[in-house]
Amino acid sequence: MTDKVIYAMYDDDDVLKDGAKKLVANGVKISEVFSPFPIHGIDPIIGIKNTRLGIMAFLYGLTGLLLATIGMRFFMVTDWPMNIGGKPNFSYLDNMLAFVPITFEFTVLCAAHGMAITYLLRNKTLPGMPAQNPDPRTTDDKFVMEIRLSENTSFNQEDLEKMLRETGIIELDQKDIK
Amino acid sequence: MEFSVSNKAKRLTVILIGVGLLFTAIGVFTSMNDHHFATRLLTNGLINSFFFFAIGLGALFFLALQYATESGWYASVKRVIEAVAGFLPYGMALLALSLLTITFMDGAHIYTWMDPEMTNPSSHHYDEIIAGKAAYLNKGFFWIRTIVYLAVYFLFLRGFRNRSLEEDRVGGTEIHFKNYRKGATFLVFFAVFSSTSAWDWLMSIDVHWFSTLFGWYTFAGMWVSTMVVLVLLTTYLKSLGYLPKVNDSHIHDLGKWTFATSFLWSYLWFSQFMLIWYANIGEEVTYYMMRIENFKILYFSMFFINFAFPMLILMSRDAKRNVRILTFVGLVILVGHWLDVYIMVSAGSLGANAKIGFLEIGMALLIAGLFIRIILNNLTKAPLTPVNHPFLDESIHHEI
Repeated sequence: MTDKVIYAMYDDDDVLKDGAKKLVANGVKISEVFSPFPIHGIDPIIGIKNTRLGIMAFLYGLTGLLLATIGMRFFMVTDWPMNIGGKPNFSYLDNMLAFVPITFEFTVLCAAHGMAITYLLRNKTLPGMPAQNPDPRTTDDKFVMEIRLSENTSFNQEDLEKMLRETGIIELDQKDIK
Repeated sequence: MEFSVSNKAKRLTVILIGVGLLFTAIGVFTSMNDHHFATRLLTNGLINSFFFFAIGLGALFFLALQYATESGWYASVKRVIEAVAGFLPYGMALLALSLLTITFMDGAHIYTWMDPEMTNPSSHHYDEIIAGKAAYLNKGFFWIRTIVYLAVYFLFLRGFRNRSLEEDRVGGTEIHFKNYRKGATFLVFFAVFSSTSAWDWLMSIDVHWFSTLFGWYTFAGMWVSTMVVLVLLTTYLKSLGYLPKVNDSHIHDLGKWTFATSFLWSYLWFSQFMLIWYANIGEEVTYYMMRIENFKILYFSMFFINFAFPMLILMSRDAKRNVRILTFVGLVILVGHWLDVYIMVSAGSLGANAKIGFLEIGMALLIAGLFIRIILNNLTKAPLTPVNHPFLDESIHHEI
């Protein structure tokens, strides 16, 4: 399916935000905004849902907690009861306190790495992946708003471009994508 | 907007104070003839005066922290922090009264090192360890330190408050930069005093024992209690329609502080416990032996509640923005941290004779009532939103 995409470029994030508010109020669906830095408060305007990364972090943390517990129980108690300072070494529970720091560290390790990798995968920004942004200037000092015609069937291209021109854009571009 | 204490709040504090007095009176009459009565009474005085004093001190520290870091977000809740810090002089008076009475009673079995028999080589109560610590732990030096701590806290509090009110009148940035310098200076003093005062007032109860972590542990408990009080007070004022400039993000931030400081406290509690458990040295483990023998369930459930409750319930973003959840968790861990101070003091002073009865609950309610009333009263003395704070605009637009 072919689709037409309109890219509207701004040179100020506040202008973009005000423009986005106006467009959304008129019923336009903005599919994406490209920016060199996070624009505060843009997410609710263009209707981006809250991230679920936090839930994943919790699950990765739980995984780490479980792995560390299973691992240490096997290494230190089951496989070879380790005698450290004469502490009881045939029971995990009696020695639980000694294992807490490592459990904690491993939980943090799994949560942090899991989050970072998930983030990079989800955004398709792993090292070496092709760039997603339509214009290299959005990594410098310009802001681009992306509107897909297929998501705005109630408007035709001229209407959308007319509305965009009223919001203080500095450039307008369009592209056919497959 | 000016704040006035509602009749409902006035009634509540009067009821708290009234019930507190009644319970205290019942407690006094029923246990007056007990062998340990004086110690028990003064233990309670110390627990409650320290607990509420510490909340005021925590607020002063938190205010200084905001000044020193030149934070912006807090500007619209600044008067709330100041009101809680404003309890400090009253807390100081209560604490000084408790300490003075204990001193006149030669320690009253709370500070056993105050008993001259302990350091007298010819007495059969002579304690070599206490005698060895006498250069630091003696009545004179104890009071010099106590007066220095309290005087420094009081002077900084007065300075911050006066400048805050002056800023409302004259504006400008000069006061802001002065606060910045004074805030940083306060933190330097507080870094030392928060540890040494915890050693003097609380750790010296278990005089044979010492822990270098103790000061931080006490300080973390103080900080989390303060954050809970700030959350409760802010959401209370908000529910009455005051503080229109405080939005969800401010509540979220205060919730985050509660969450983070709970972790700090749990972390320090565990660090102290684990190291002593691991090393298993006789003179160190006595501290925990006493607590496990006499307060086993209370001690570990206190830790569990103060750690697990905020961790599991306040973890998500939505929970930290939900006033009901924050209030519930806050009240639970506030009681939890009161229990922490209760065990800190009474395990050393009363040991097996400690119990929670009319006296304990009564005195806690009595001082809690006074505490709430004084804080609400402090709020009426200045506009609830500072007028000329340089970061006020940033705070109003705070969004996270």
